[in-house]
Amino acid sequence: MHIDPLEKKWLYIALGMVALFLGSIFISLAVGIKPPSNVETIDPARLHLSEEFAEDNLGVHIQPDGRITVIMVAGRYGFFPRHITVPADTPITFRWASIDVLHGVHMPMTNMSTMVVPGYVAEVTTTFPKPGDYPMLCNEYCGLGHDYMWSKVTVVARQTWEKQHPKGGES
Amino acid sequence: MIDTQSRNLALWNWVVAFAAFLVACFLGFYQVVERSGLFDFLESAKVYFASVSTHGVLMAYVLTTFFIMGFGYLTATSSLKRPLWQPGLAWSGFFVSLIGTVLAAIPLLTDKASVLYTFYPPIQASALFYIGAALLVVGSWFWCAIMVVMAVQWRRENSGKGMPLAMYATVANALLWLWTSAGVAMEVVFQLIPWALGWNDTLDPGLARTLFAWTLHPIVYFWLIPAYIALYCFVPKEAGGYLFSEEMAKFAFLGLLVFSLPIGFHHLYMDPEQGAGWKLLHGIGTFLVAVPTLVTGFTVLASLEIAGRLGGGRGLFGWIGNLPWRNPVVLAAILALLMLILGGFGGIVNASYALNAMVHNTAWVPGHFHLIFAGTTVILYFAIAYHLWPKITGKKLVSNTLALTQLWTWFVGMTLLSTPWHVLGLLGQPRRISSVTYNSLLTLAWQPYELFMIMGGAVLLGSAVLFGVILWKTWRNTEIETDLEIAYAEPIHPPESLPAWAESLKAWNLVILGLMLISFGWPIAQFFFLKTFESLPWGY
Ligand SMILES: [Cu+2]
Repeated sequence: MHIDPLEKKWLYIALGMVALFLGSIFISLAVGIKPPSNVETIDPARLHLSEEFAEDNLGVHIQPDGRITVIMVAGRYGFFPRHITVPADTPITFRWASIDVLHGVHMPMTNMSTMVVPGYVAEVTTTFPKPGDYPMLCNEYCGLGHDYMWSKVTVVARQTWEKQHPKGGES
Repeated sequence: MIDTQSRNLALWNWVVAFAAFLVACFLGFYQVVERSGLFDFLESAKVYFASVSTHGVLMAYVLTTFFIMGFGYLTATSSLKRPLWQPGLAWSGFFVSLIGTVLAAIPLLTDKASVLYTFYPPIQASALFYIGAALLVVGSWFWCAIMVVMAVQWRRENSGKGMPLAMYATVANALLWLWTSAGVAMEVVFQLIPWALGWNDTLDPGLARTLFAWTLHPIVYFWLIPAYIALYCFVPKEAGGYLFSEEMAKFAFLGLLVFSLPIGFHHLYMDPEQGAGWKLLHGIGTFLVAVPTLVTGFTVLASLEIAGRLGGGRGLFGWIGNLPWRNPVVLAAILALLMLILGGFGGIVNASYALNAMVHNTAWVPGHFHLIFAGTTVILYFAIAYHLWPKITGKKLVSNTLALTQLWTWFVGMTLLSTPWHVLGLLGQPRRISSVTYNSLLTLAWQPYELFMIMGGAVLLGSAVLFGVILWKTWRNTEIETDLEIAYAEPIHPPESLPAWAESLKAWNLVILGLMLISFGWPIAQFFFLKTFESLPWGY
């Protein structure tokens, strides 16, 4: 074996870089940033009969403890409901299920992103810092109408939201 | 010594590879123009997605597989100094892959397989497409078998000697490919083909995505290893110097083989069907496999520096000017390293467990992989072709200046194309769309970047056509090439003996088996224990 001293130094530097990257991942884990990974299955053919993803139940819900959950269905070519309004600076839990093929959800300029795989429930919790109108895009090719698959999310300032939704009210 | 059979095999494998490449470049140019939305008459989602599917299949599967097979036959015979084992088998592999390619091309070009090259079910393509893709892979397994047998035979006759580096890397790649392709082969054979033929009504997209992820990352190293062979084995010599370290080169290839396999879940970070811990495990592996690439960067730069200094270069950077910039192999290596550094940075962002959410499935991703694949890998395929095409056709390269022009234009085109792609990704533009229909203030900011992308695409197409012209003219050249030998770079220190395990195929395979069981065992088994609901096929 022959390893040049210079090469040995470089190896340490390379390993140090890797350790740094991994370190930053563990730090973000510690503050709760992790990918959407709730391995939870659901029958895509019977979504309308499930309680959670039945048509009447879709949309924004304010839980008794004040947490906000959003239940949505992805199907060619839209996320349903087509327009939702949520508050800024508030953790919001989205849950999606697909009625047909693979879709992906993303809102530009935010870290709200997940794949929606038929047969599985996708769940993401995120906080939107900036009020505004965001398109909720499908980012996985799902058929020829894929370009047209988008819905709208209005993020309103927290005060505005609280005025519209006095405590405990259902949206 | 390259025997006639290997030369012919390399020639015809490369004819298929580069023909596919040229067609794919035309499609790629059409795609940037269509996608820009500047030309109304071009707007057609149907044509666009058929084109994207064909472009991806031709570039990622056809160009690479045929190029690698042709290159492998040359490396094996020239570095081991023995004739090709079973040329008949090699030709059979060529024809099986070729038939597969044609079978897949028919549905692709007739809008029966617009499922993109990643073919994610439950959108279903014609069964012919899946069968064709499977045959393309099966044909390449013939190549793997020949490479492994030749290495084993050589080792039996040369016990105690270290295998020549070029062959060491080629065998590593053959084994890598056998392991890598197993994932997608299982998906295609057990899920997609029976389902497309109507034998099964449903399949589980979660399992299909998991099997595809098994293949989807190591396949990149299958494409990249021939490029690395050029960096280690041709570049130092062409630059006028020596390889810095042969032992570290071998460890780099070994590292790529062993650690590239269990990391595919970094493509599934945003998927719901795998648990966070498994994704983290694969994420850690992804960073480990960056080490062999960092070692490669160091060794190649060190070899270039040695060459520059031997050529009289002085000072901290003086040696750079002294490199033979007019040698296509050297130029390609420098440009490839530049793009590898930028592309590698993008890859670190993608692989970062938490950062990925910002850029997942956005234009950032094609920006990144075009730098690594079309930049680093393909530019070195060009260099290999310029270096070896005269040796397999027996004709002199028609023009060195044209070859240099082609490499520079490819670099410029790729920069113009991939920079806006990265920016668009950060601005949230999804990949895989044929037009921007979102009626939103946020998406208006995307427009100006499309123009740069069209320019980049045009430059790249011109460069690709020039590449085709150079090879064609060389083939038809009347001047004869006399030097048909392939010369490999000498290491600066004679290689000392490596530990036995580093030369043992058996040991490598056992380690990989163990790692694969750990990283894919439960994630695949879970689908048989969970109550899963399968999907019916959908058209598009
Ligand atoms: Cu969609």
